[in-house]
Amino acid sequence: MGYPHPIHPKETPLLSQHFGELDARSYEGWTRRGGYQALRQAVGMTPEAIVDEVKASGLRGRGGAGFPTGMKWGFMPKDDGKPHYLCCNADESEPGTFKDREIMRWTPHALIEGCAIACLGIRAETCYIFVRGEYTEPGRILERAIAEAYAAGALGDNVFGSGKRIEMVVHWGAGAYICGEETALMNAIEGKRGNPRIKPPFPAVSGLFGMPTTINNVETLAAVPPIITRGGAWYAGLTLGSPKSTGTKLISVCGHVQRPGTYEITLGLPMRELIFECCGGMREGRTLKAVIPGGSSVPIMNAAEVEECVTDYEGIAAKGSLLGSGGMIVMDDSTDMVLQICRLARFYAHESCAQCTNCREGTAWTTRILERILRGEGKRADLDLLLDLAENMTGKTICVLSDSCAAPVVSGIAKFRDEFEAYLSGARAPLAVGA
Amino acid sequence: MADAQVTLTVDGMDVTVPRGTMLIDAARQAGVVVPHYCYHPGLPSPAVCRMCLVQVEKMPKLVPACVTAAADGQVVHVHSPEAKQARKGVLEFLLINHPLDCPICDQAGECELQDFVFQEGQAGTRYGDYPKRFNPVEDFGPDILYVPNRCILCTRCVRFMEDVAEAPVLNVSERGDRAYIGIDPDHRLDHPWSGNVVDLCPVGSLVSKDFLHKARAWDLDKTASVCPGCTQGCNVTIEARDEVVVRLRPRTNPEVNRWFMCDAGRADYRWMNRGDRCEAPLAIGDGRPVAHDWDDALTTFASLVGESDGPAVVLFGRRASSETIGWMLRLLDGRRTTAAIQVPEGPEAPLAAVPNLALRRERSPNLHGARLLGADADWDAAIAALGGAALALVVDADLSDAEAAAMSGAARVVHLATVADPRLTTAALVLPVTTMAEEQGVYVNRDGRAQRYLPARTPPGMARPGWWVAASAWQRLGADRTVPATASEALGALPAFAGLDHDALGWHGRVLATAAAGGTR
Repeated sequence: MGYPHPIHPKETPLLSQHFGELDARSYEGWTRRGGYQALRQAVGMTPEAIVDEVKASGLRGRGGAGFPTGMKWGFMPKDDGKPHYLCCNADESEPGTFKDREIMRWTPHALIEGCAIACLGIRAETCYIFVRGEYTEPGRILERAIAEAYAAGALGDNVFGSGKRIEMVVHWGAGAYICGEETALMNAIEGKRGNPRIKPPFPAVSGLFGMPTTINNVETLAAVPPIITRGGAWYAGLTLGSPKSTGTKLISVCGHVQRPGTYEITLGLPMRELIFECCGGMREGRTLKAVIPGGSSVPIMNAAEVEECVTDYEGIAAKGSLLGSGGMIVMDDSTDMVLQICRLARFYAHESCAQCTNCREGTAWTTRILERILRGEGKRADLDLLLDLAENMTGKTICVLSDSCAAPVVSGIAKFRDEFEAYLSGARAPLAVGA
Repeated sequence: MADAQVTLTVDGMDVTVPRGTMLIDAARQAGVVVPHYCYHPGLPSPAVCRMCLVQVEKMPKLVPACVTAAADGQVVHVHSPEAKQARKGVLEFLLINHPLDCPICDQAGECELQDFVFQEGQAGTRYGDYPKRFNPVEDFGPDILYVPNRCILCTRCVRFMEDVAEAPVLNVSERGDRAYIGIDPDHRLDHPWSGNVVDLCPVGSLVSKDFLHKARAWDLDKTASVCPGCTQGCNVTIEARDEVVVRLRPRTNPEVNRWFMCDAGRADYRWMNRGDRCEAPLAIGDGRPVAHDWDDALTTFASLVGESDGPAVVLFGRRASSETIGWMLRLLDGRRTTAAIQVPEGPEAPLAAVPNLALRRERSPNLHGARLLGADADWDAAIAALGGAALALVVDADLSDAEAAAMSGAARVVHLATVADPRLTTAALVLPVTTMAEEQGVYVNRDGRAQRYLPARTPPGMARPGWWVAASAWQRLGADRTVPATASEALGALPAFAGLDHDALGWHGRVLATAAAGGTR
């Protein structure tokens, strides 16, 4: 549902069905809504059967990269004699994204159940849920739910009497965006500075504490229980667009729409229906200017691109952007694109872990150039300089934070160059920003 | 094991390397240096500087050469336009906050930022008029200053302390372009091996207080040597400016000290520059010393040895060369001789992650050589033997007052000195000898590895190597005797080193067959 709004007919409430129902937070309330049936079923399944069901569903990672979940689980070694780990990435810090928060605060047991099933699928006995430091409310709700699940025998040494063991630990982040990067997240759990690691080795080979590890996003894991109960084939049938984009996706819409909120759509819904029907369209008297469809790291789309865009992995990629995390930022014609892009760049400059030269220096330099353009001190060559820096920041670093800073700059200049030039020529009044 | 080797092409050259070799090392083998900052062969590679990005055909992106394993059939382009452009980009990023205070920076001339900026042709930045990042200089430890403005955050220092010294007192503090190297507020950078971070620092960000503003890198004369500090025998370079030694730095030897040396060894050079040296042979006549030329002095020395009928004692200072020890004992051949080398002791300080590397308890570089050559008496026993000795030779030893007083027990005393000792009132002759910094010689370390060192400065006045003094006196005591022309000949003439010459030792030394069985103390 488009929490906090009523369910819109164009939505497909699967994960969000019980958002807003206080009672659904409790173990008892969750079982009354059909919860833990999937886990009871999964304890009787082989790991292979669980992975096959998820593979059949076509479920793809909901954290941003969209990697097929079943395939990722399939990378985990078999009979290697090592402990395996599951890490649930609940470090939702991508600007514009607030879908995992809703799952954790309204249906924490859906996440716990999904984590437990994933543990069975990848032969892990321990799951770490890495919760964003600022998510105190959702995190505490989750902690209470985990305690309830232990008390009810859904977690612990003997899950539902099956003899299988699943431990679940909430690890609190300390508020660093970079810890949402999967390898940085593992470093943080290990008690190290949250710096991304070089890949290879990939986590399935050497992850948390050097052991085979799978990292999945909250929404991905929460989607697993219905796949087990209703079958992968059923989930794979949920699509309005590309057969490669199956199931439902929570889209957290913010910005200049009438009804910002977390909407759950079947993948393939036209973006204009999401924005203009589900969200009620633009504010009174305003027109759409731009959309960042998948969290701040993805390229910006202009109104014309949005008009024809289908909301799924392939549809948005065809328009040169990415579905990403599903954090949609909608901007109307009152938006100063240069200011918005500068604001994003400043975020990345602040959050860069400082490992890679290109990112550490590039994000800060990019921010300074954008600030000087806004102050009316920009030079004509600055746009080319920005694009050149973006080139030096793309595909050159350990993780993609640097690329994420470059993406809105490159797409912003390509699509809204006139606004940059208005600052450069003095046609637009300078702003007092930056140092 | 055909599988153990892979063959790849680097900039058009075929190179075969063991499987698992990283591209940066494979390229080096092909004669191509891939510019790098965070990579160091002695440290784990974090691949963070992004300087060593190279192009590998069929790979979608540039890859860091320091963490990408070489594979069969790979075609690597270090100097493709794309790779060069990426490196120039990184250099531009590094330069935006670098102060370019090269004229007052100790690292200038041996700075990897200077070198690669020059090599890659990225002279400046488009940064413009912004103020550069500023952080004040920090006092990290007894000998180390951190100049954060010059720091390029390669993290070699952090990794050395964490992974090699295993005393993790440094970290990267803060994030983004505010980042700097931080130190644990409850600790100082005073680990016995911490000085290595100064060498590891590719720029002038970690500098030695001792060396601060003493010399420009290009004014230094560098001499391959061996640390005279302990039985480990770390390979070092003695660096002198205008005949004044200003620092010792480790010289890479994979078998002995890898890339490292300890702080005690590093600091142990001031004695090389002493100004109060013995410069001429002195004979005591009429109760006061009279200067002689070498010819007279050696004749006197030979006759003192020749006429002394009875037991002899030789006291070698801790830094005596194998050549000096060997020839001094040959001079006394046929006599009952008690010879000992002085071995001060101190606490052992290992470098945690490197096997068989430590500042050793025995603070003499040639204890093992002395034993091989027969100077194997206990020091205290040798002092005790002075009473009733017909002849005592003191070869640049540091004597305590009691030991100096005990010298009067010997009938004849000859002092081969670097510095005169007024307490040795019974010495009939004082002969000026060189220090190890002024001569060529060989030390044998605790593992029986013979390693040569070369003269780093000119000896003062008439000072000559100890072996030459001994051999010259020996020549005067018999017919058909010739003095070796070089230290190498002097070594080869000794039975313990039979046939070995200095060149055969190479730059990394050689473990002696005779010594290997002797093991370590």
